[in-house]
Amino acid sequence: MKRLIFGFALALLLAAGSAAPARAQDAFTAALPGLAGGFGQIAEAVEKLGTSADPRALPLLQALQEGRLLKREDGTLLIQTDAGTTEALTGRAAEPGDAEAVRVNNRVRGALRGALGSLQILSTNPEERLKAAEDVFRSRSAQNIAPLEAALARETVPAIRTQLELSLAASRLASPDNAVRLQGINALAEVTDQNARALLLETKAQVPELARQIDAAVAKIEGRLKVRQMVETFFQGLSLGSVLLLAALGLAVTFGVMGVINMAHGEMVMLGAYATYMVQEALHGTFLEPAALPLAIPAAFLLAAAVGAVLERGLIRYLYGRPLETLLMTFGVGMILQQAVRLIFGAQNREVTSPAWMQGTLTLGGLSLTANRVWIIVFGLLVLGLVVAAIRYTRFGLEMRAVVQNRRIAATMGIRTGRVDALTFAFGSGIAGMAGVALSQIDNVSPNLGTGYIIDSFMVVVFGGVGSLAGTLVGALTLGVLNKVMEPYAGAVLAKVVVLVGIMLFIQRRPRGMFALKGRAAEA
Amino acid sequence: MSATTATLPAMGRLPLRLVLWGAVLVLALIPLLNQLPESSALHVGDFIVTVTGKWITYAILALAIDLAWGYTGILSLGHGAFFALGGYAMGMHLMRLIGPRGAYGHPVLPDFMVFLGYPSLPWYWLGFDMFPYAFFMALFIPGLLALIVGYLAFRSRITGVYLSILTQALTYALMLAFFRNDMGFGGNNGFTDFKELLGMALNTPLARAVLFYASLVALVGSYWVCQRISVSKLGRVLVAIRDAESRVRFLGYSTTQVKLFVFVLSAVLAGLAGALYVPQVGIINPGEFSPGNSIEAVIWVAVGGRGTLIGAVVGAFSVNALKTWLTTAAPDLWLFALGGLFVAVTLFLPKGLVGLFRKAEK
Repeated sequence: MKRLIFGFALALLLAAGSAAPARAQDAFTAALPGLAGGFGQIAEAVEKLGTSADPRALPLLQALQEGRLLKREDGTLLIQTDAGTTEALTGRAAEPGDAEAVRVNNRVRGALRGALGSLQILSTNPEERLKAAEDVFRSRSAQNIAPLEAALARETVPAIRTQLELSLAASRLASPDNAVRLQGINALAEVTDQNARALLLETKAQVPELARQIDAAVAKIEGRLKVRQMVETFFQGLSLGSVLLLAALGLAVTFGVMGVINMAHGEMVMLGAYATYMVQEALHGTFLEPAALPLAIPAAFLLAAAVGAVLERGLIRYLYGRPLETLLMTFGVGMILQQAVRLIFGAQNREVTSPAWMQGTLTLGGLSLTANRVWIIVFGLLVLGLVVAAIRYTRFGLEMRAVVQNRRIAATMGIRTGRVDALTFAFGSGIAGMAGVALSQIDNVSPNLGTGYIIDSFMVVVFGGVGSLAGTLVGALTLGVLNKVMEPYAGAVLAKVVVLVGIMLFIQRRPRGMFALKGRAAEA
Repeated sequence: MSATTATLPAMGRLPLRLVLWGAVLVLALIPLLNQLPESSALHVGDFIVTVTGKWITYAILALAIDLAWGYTGILSLGHGAFFALGGYAMGMHLMRLIGPRGAYGHPVLPDFMVFLGYPSLPWYWLGFDMFPYAFFMALFIPGLLALIVGYLAFRSRITGVYLSILTQALTYALMLAFFRNDMGFGGNNGFTDFKELLGMALNTPLARAVLFYASLVALVGSYWVCQRISVSKLGRVLVAIRDAESRVRFLGYSTTQVKLFVFVLSAVLAGLAGALYVPQVGIINPGEFSPGNSIEAVIWVAVGGRGTLIGAVVGAFSVNALKTWLTTAAPDLWLFALGGLFVAVTLFLPKGLVGLFRKAEK
């Protein structure tokens, strides 16, 4: 069966290959003199050349578009290239002499776009074919129907096929025959595309007798567009949520597990972002440059963790059991860190470049998602997994849980509680540093990077339930999605206000958050 | 949860009272000295009058925070919001008084409304052309907000750091809201270019002196109210709530009501401070709502000595004097100094400067 189809296709191709030139030769020769005439004649000639499948038509029309087509007094046309000047009809070398460039106007330009498109559709380069198919969609004329159908028959690349079908439907709308138009309308109704909708509405104005069918098609498109938009909003919400998750995970450890309220947490995030910047600058020009971002992750973790350990051992441990004092003290530390960074690196934003594999957009079933946002979602979940694993499966995690549950008994069992405190705080700070790596990709790296996230992170932890990592995950994603869902109705700022007020009311119902700890741990 | 010994103010001691009245007298002299000819050795510049007047309003704010935090243990990180709301209410009055003298010359609408294409005055701006109403609103709006927030928070027994974060989120949310142009409060730029108040042109020595004395009277009045409360039975309940809230509740007191009363009173005082602050500095914008401002005010109280009224006032004056001096002498160092104050006071000076003096006395 397969072989049969292949053989058939081959025969068709051969037939097209042998039959076309004989006919096309005439079309090319016949159309050529028109290019030497007035604008109207030129446009007509261009259209004719566009439907001829002649191999010489493409360079000729490109020359015309780029102003490299010259005209002698006697009407002979010359093509000027970097290699030299040739006669358009014969291809023989010629002297330009006093030949002048053939001028074009808007009508000719329009015709050129369509003609070039329908010629390039047959190109062997897939990218050129795709671009050509898009051009034809824009120029849309009934004359393109035949070449498009021919191109569609032999096209195998799915993305180009989709575009060709769209362009074919658009060209059919331009046909004078209502039956053909209807074909186009029905084809467009199956496409989820803003342009298709706009095109249909435009046609409706021109062809009122098809209004009913067009309305039905437009409704179909709009329905699907709405679904797509909802999915996109949801994705943006998840993306914001994962940013919140990253910023809040460290807090979930220091505040949730240890009960230490660290207002300098945002500054740990900021230090992580600056660590990313420093790693990038250090590796600039070396062979490691493309790996700067992955390498920045451990660097940011270590820097923030080291600062955290010093902070805990040097200051915070003297204030255990006095949360309000801890809050004020760490706020002061945050100010000092911010000002220190400002003096060292300057107050202006620092540029952190994204590696190539994080740039651009991913297309997923008609959805276009920003690549770095997708990576941040992945990264957020990875870090969450890492934290859960560290708490659950490592010796350090076991000791940490023991100290949280009962400090004295843990101490009698031989756990050095002071060391565990320092490590736990360093761990939470290190996670904040890793969040900084992610934020350096989407936010400005400036000394007050962290301040924008600190309140939101606390809200996430309080909303999710203090001391619960599952709560932090659900809390972060919920708040992210809620923010993005409300944004179109209320605007970004008001959405934030509404979410904050909503959390305040939510805490009324469940003062301990969504995932409240039960039993003895809740009293701690 | 914090210090177990109740630090009641030693108001009865004569020397302290003398020192207090002496300080008030010295302050009261400032606008008078401003009237002396500039050649005089005792002449005080306009700048000093405005700055000291500003500090006096800060001291009222510090008293308000001290009443809630130092006495009752409610650490609000959103008192800047009450201060700013009071300021906005007064700012609205001052905007209405500009009248047709604005850049666009509209008889009623303030400039920013003309610029944003408001057809008429929004309903919530009505009445602000009358001083008594505006003044009342400057106290009422902060009080009402405190009543709502406090009721919701205290009822569900949100205490300690949770309350702090909640109030911080509140002022943050308000800041975001006031940055919006369509709120009808001037958005980003807030209110400025005030012309007059109570028939006085604002940039005259007379207006400066009147506002200065009004602030001073307000400070003395607020101090008196707080002092009366602190020595009353209510004051003892407040301290008891701070040190062991559950026990007070078990003894049959409705701690929710007591805390609510203190919180609302504190917010009203903060609103009063804001209302006096705005005509003296001549501008109010959403930056006043920024969480940093609120927490800075808390540190005044901590530096001076929380749980003592005099400490709040001393803290407000000394920290702001340091700020005014340092931000001109070495701007880069100010944030280090402020951050250092946070660390030093919490670690080494839990009772603040006043505690230090008390220790020295013994």
